[in-house]
Amino acid sequence: MNTLITLVICLAVLAGFAWTFRRLGQYGTRNAPEYRDMPFGVAFGYVLGVVVLVWLGLAYVASLGSDPAVANKFFFLGMAINAFVVFSIAAWLFRVAGQRVGTQSTRKLFRSMPLTASFGILMILIYGILAIFAAWIAPYGQDEILQGVAANIIAGGDVALGGDPEFPLGTDQIGRDIMSRLIFGAQNTVGIAFATTLLAFFLGGSLGFLAATVGGWTDQILSRGVDVLMAIPSLIFALLLMTIASVWSSRLGIPLTVFMVLIIAVIDSTRVFRLARAVGQNIVVMDYIEAAKLRGEGMWYLVFREILPNATAPLLAEFGLRFCFVFLTIAALSFLGVGIQPPLADWGTMVRDSAAFINYAQFAPKAALTPLLAAGAIALLTVAVNFVVDWMLHKSSGLKE
Amino acid sequence: MGNVLSIIVQRLALGVLTLLIVSVVIFVAVNMLPGDFAELILGQGATPEAVKIIRQDLGLDQSLVTRYFGWLGGMITGDLGTSFAQLNFQTNMGGGGGVTVADQIAPRFANTMFLAMVTAAIAVPVAVTLGILAALYRNTIFDRAANIFTLSSISSPEFFMAYVLILFLAVLNPILPSLSNIYAGMDFSDRLLKSLLPALTLTLVVTAHMMRMTRAAIISLLASPYIEMARLKGMSPIRVIVKHALPNALAPIINVIALNLAYLITGVVVVEVVFVYPGIGQLFVDSVKIRDIPVVQACCLIFAAAYILLNLTADIMSILSNPRLRHPK
Repeated sequence: MNTLITLVICLAVLAGFAWTFRRLGQYGTRNAPEYRDMPFGVAFGYVLGVVVLVWLGLAYVASLGSDPAVANKFFFLGMAINAFVVFSIAAWLFRVAGQRVGTQSTRKLFRSMPLTASFGILMILIYGILAIFAAWIAPYGQDEILQGVAANIIAGGDVALGGDPEFPLGTDQIGRDIMSRLIFGAQNTVGIAFATTLLAFFLGGSLGFLAATVGGWTDQILSRGVDVLMAIPSLIFALLLMTIASVWSSRLGIPLTVFMVLIIAVIDSTRVFRLARAVGQNIVVMDYIEAAKLRGEGMWYLVFREILPNATAPLLAEFGLRFCFVFLTIAALSFLGVGIQPPLADWGTMVRDSAAFINYAQFAPKAALTPLLAAGAIALLTVAVNFVVDWMLHKSSGLKE
Repeated sequence: MGNVLSIIVQRLALGVLTLLIVSVVIFVAVNMLPGDFAELILGQGATPEAVKIIRQDLGLDQSLVTRYFGWLGGMITGDLGTSFAQLNFQTNMGGGGGVTVADQIAPRFANTMFLAMVTAAIAVPVAVTLGILAALYRNTIFDRAANIFTLSSISSPEFFMAYVLILFLAVLNPILPSLSNIYAGMDFSDRLLKSLLPALTLTLVVTAHMMRMTRAAIISLLASPYIEMARLKGMSPIRVIVKHALPNALAPIINVIALNLAYLITGVVVVEVVFVYPGIGQLFVDSVKIRDIPVVQACCLIFAAAYILLNLTADIMSILSNPRLRHPK
């Protein structure tokens, strides 16, 4: 209740500031149109923005202070600000580099790119490199329980706080290096999500194009089947099927992860099917399809040589969004404990295993780093992909407003 | 008006049909389990006699079709069977009259509905207001910041949002409790306080989408002649948007609100696990882990029913608010 009252008082004070700000502007500039016609909401927005910026600056200074009680409180905020600044600068540098290096067309592309999109591309590149070269980059193996190393070493490498400079991000509950596991997590989580999305696109895409080309009963049966599958919320359906798969996998000796890839690919292919069918139906009525049919080309040729090349652009944007969805579903399943199975390192599982450490954040903020880093790694990649897709859609739709 | 009524009845019938087919899908999926329930219940110590008795008890010796209709009839009359965990307890410890699945689900279902309602009560007004503001101040720094913020919160996983909120609102600044231990007989304000943090997490996730759609729906109308007219007669921008653009943009906005409430159903599972909120999502996940098939089946059907119902509502709402949809081409 007290917080609520404080909040209301703060807002009232801000409103007063906004009014004063507009008034002062009107006096100071002798009623310049900008201040004369300024709506109250805009004035309030400016004041709020300035207050938030000042507060962030103060919090950043506080996070560097020597008093641990205060510094701990603002540790994460300081880190977030650091990360924001570093990422912004990196994205800006990347864009500048892209404008200088490369062929004519890529340079042109980079010139019109917003900072968010270049940040997204940079992040995707970094994740890709980490995922492909994980085995060379990571200092230890993903399931290597290090001999003679304590478990739960705190992150930061400060010996006085229980850290170890050899393990900058600490070790987990059974003494595995967390940094290595994070890097291998890129390989496992992103790799599995990527494979699943590819499979979903192959399934949904080919069936969708088939439905569009053949039409008639095939189309009806496939579409109604997809309607039914889409009537069940995807995470719920995935959890139900994973229950059944977990029994099968122990019986057949096939890893559960394989079942997970198949299940999520099938569930997700329904969404791809919808799009592919809609796009395909627009293409099927074209003259060149008619010509190919008259030439006597087979179904395979029609779908993969005539329709697919003309449907790549919308499918590519969809691929990015679908990848995010699949990635988040896998992360959620792993977080709930039925996704990617140990000993494979995986971000969702890491968050679940170390989530309890967040409660120590007030006294030892670095202990809470592990779950946040793992969850943040998931968030960062999906945000990056979304930024790029958003930019691509914006560019292709040609919307200016 | 008769036309509208017949369309609604038609949609409802379609919804019921979908639900029936979904129940078949769920039933068939569950029956793809290797072995059968009896062995699963007894686990390691399954003797042939015990398996036989339990098979008879559960009616597993009957055909698939008979069992399906038995299960469906039970579902409709509210008899959801008994969970394996309870059965196991009874067979090992003796005693009867255990807790049925319906008894387990009912209070949790009420809790989940409470959480969803609190979320909707916060998210819908906030999202629509922010969407209107973003449309009003489009292409300003506020709009850009809102765009980046919403895009990030749409694309982060729910548990990331949940832990960040826990970190800042429960651990570093102890304002709200990080665990929602809700029990029967709590008074309303206490209950609200305890479920505020999960509700805020869900709000963050759904608000972003609703706000973007509100903004897009309003902006797509701004080029219309009647908006131009309103502007030319000297109306203030906020009045133009609220009085002229918003009513016409209502159909897509209502639609996206209903769809997002349907999305809440999925989001609720992860969030309930994070906050140990005693809702149906947590029961579902726990049952999935111990392979408690009757509970999984029942929860799955309830989730699917709620999902279909909300999608149906979105459908009917958009037909009601847009007369053009009442006349099929």
